[in-house]
Amino acid sequence: MSTKSKFQNVPDNDGRFGEFGGRFVAETLIAPLDELTEAYERLKNDPEFIREFDEDLANYVGRPSPLYHAKRWSDELGGAQIYLKREDLNHTGAHKVNNTIGQALLAKAMGKKRIIAETGAGQHGVATATVAARLGLECVVFMGAEDIQRQALNVYRMKLLGAEVVSVTSGTKTLKDAMNEAMRDWVTTVDDTFYIIGTVAGPHPYPLLVRDFQSIIGREARRQSLEQAGRLPDALVACVGGGSNAIGLFYPFLDDESVAMYGVEAGGLGLETGKHAAPICKGKPGVLHGNRTYLMEDEHGQIIGTHSISAGLDYPGVGPEHSYLADLKRVNYVAATDDETLDAFHELTRVEGIIPALESSHALAYTKTLAKTMDKDQIIITNLSGRGDKDIHTVAQLDGVTL
Amino acid sequence: MSRLTPYFEQLKSQNKKALIPYVVAGDPDLETTLAIMHQSVESGADILEIGVPFSDPMAEGPVIQAAHERALEHNVSLADTLALVAKFRETNDHTPVLLMGYANPVEAMGYPAFADRAKTSGVDAVLLVDMPPEESVRLQAALKPHGIDNIFLISPTTNDDRIAKIANVASGFLYYVSLKGVTGAGHFDIRSVEENLARISQFSDLPVCVGFGIKDADSARQVAKVADGVVVGSAVVKLIEASKSNVLEPVGSFIRSLNEAIIS
Repeated sequence: MSTKSKFQNVPDNDGRFGEFGGRFVAETLIAPLDELTEAYERLKNDPEFIREFDEDLANYVGRPSPLYHAKRWSDELGGAQIYLKREDLNHTGAHKVNNTIGQALLAKAMGKKRIIAETGAGQHGVATATVAARLGLECVVFMGAEDIQRQALNVYRMKLLGAEVVSVTSGTKTLKDAMNEAMRDWVTTVDDTFYIIGTVAGPHPYPLLVRDFQSIIGREARRQSLEQAGRLPDALVACVGGGSNAIGLFYPFLDDESVAMYGVEAGGLGLETGKHAAPICKGKPGVLHGNRTYLMEDEHGQIIGTHSISAGLDYPGVGPEHSYLADLKRVNYVAATDDETLDAFHELTRVEGIIPALESSHALAYTKTLAKTMDKDQIIITNLSGRGDKDIHTVAQLDGVTL
Repeated sequence: MSRLTPYFEQLKSQNKKALIPYVVAGDPDLETTLAIMHQSVESGADILEIGVPFSDPMAEGPVIQAAHERALEHNVSLADTLALVAKFRETNDHTPVLLMGYANPVEAMGYPAFADRAKTSGVDAVLLVDMPPEESVRLQAALKPHGIDNIFLISPTTNDDRIAKIANVASGFLYYVSLKGVTGAGHFDIRSVEENLARISQFSDLPVCVGFGIKDADSARQVAKVADGVVVGSAVVKLIEASKSNVLEPVGSFIRSLNEAIIS
């Protein structure tokens, strides 16, 4: 008998989080997904697999990542004490590597020779190319042509690491189309290829295994909060595109009733403009990329183009577990606009000397709003999911600066 | 019961195989699709498979992806596709029509509403590529009372247990995907097709049609020898893409050539 609550005891054996999740794929992919599910079920409790994963996280990624009390920023805002979970300090500069390490170990155990991945901002692509280089596996990363333009630095990093970057020119030329193309590759190459999905979306078992690999973030943060502050935080804040860093932080706290949680979607030019990437705030349930979840779609069920300043959040769907937690009202889903995000980006850089990724800056933007409504003895943990080096060109351009 | 089962019975009694061309509704526009549907029947098509345009057609190769994009340029929807079939039915009441698409447009319309409208439009069968049996309970429940067949894919990676499971919920016919890959891919192996069809026949008496990768008279002939029907998609769509004005003539003559190939 499981003692887990309804919040934590998901998904079921069919990969369902209540109404959400599942396995909406063409028949050819059912067998490889079954194979992956079986491999994961076998390995997740295998002491040798766990030891290798923990060792890689410690010595290759540099975990645990610090929990940093941003005192000066907290004082300036005049509300709650803000602690930043420093996933930006991981090897490769974001939380993405926690998952690629885990999936690469699965790929190795399953004897796969070739790795494919989709990427938006390029962080997952870099994290995948990194683990592929380390294991000596062939690596192909699919990336929307538009994202290749705005994330040139990460494209070159992937190439340096030996990955082939395939420009995807179909549809909206962004993350969702990169995911379509990765699926098309996988359906053709299932025998020798492992598809490393970068977020808690996609067909079962991906939302489950990515959440499990990313939960290290929340487990550490929970322990660190108890050590440093002597208690649990009052609130957690994380940005949500597909939602892997948010689930990673939230999951270990879901049964801590006193901990409020806020998932921050990309508000783009404003929720009222329609130009955003906020499927939970403004979308409705539908089926895309192998799972049922909240989506941005038109009245005819066509997926619509999204807008966000950050390529990593520019996605019309969201992980099914977030849809589940939203409907249960366990997590509050809100949005931060491009402008609010940029303000927070500049503010953290100047006040704390930390340059955050634009994705993470959405979480910081909402943290500002939230902190001001709270008392000075209350605690917020905000996931600083990635560093902002990759976004310098975007920010400079918006500031009218040519580098 | 839809038109499919009696149609296959009739073909069987004549020792014939079904020729099933695929086009996307609204590629390049709905009027032309309607004309292509009639032309196809006149040229020897037995069953028409009509693609429902979707923004993210994950199982399609580049040729059919582009057709979806052309149709979406003028916002051709599931509702438009149903209206197209209704229009076709005004002058053709005998040719079975199968809709092939993706789950989300149907989710957006709602399963009961979709099933009602499909019935009144004259649709015989529905295949949603990203809806394997486990996920199609609501769809099946909506289609069944209307006698509309739910078509499922079986692929080279489908094991025996799953074939039995799929055969158990399928009606009309089973659609065997000839290769691991997207539509229009080129690495099709007739021996593997033959072996898998033999495997499928142990679990089901339904007709089995084969699609993905059949691109010319020669491959159609090979498949027709071992299957009950042949689906040809990308090769037809490619002709539509290449035809600037007179699309009916090349499509008609291609379908005639396929028809002759599967008879001989």
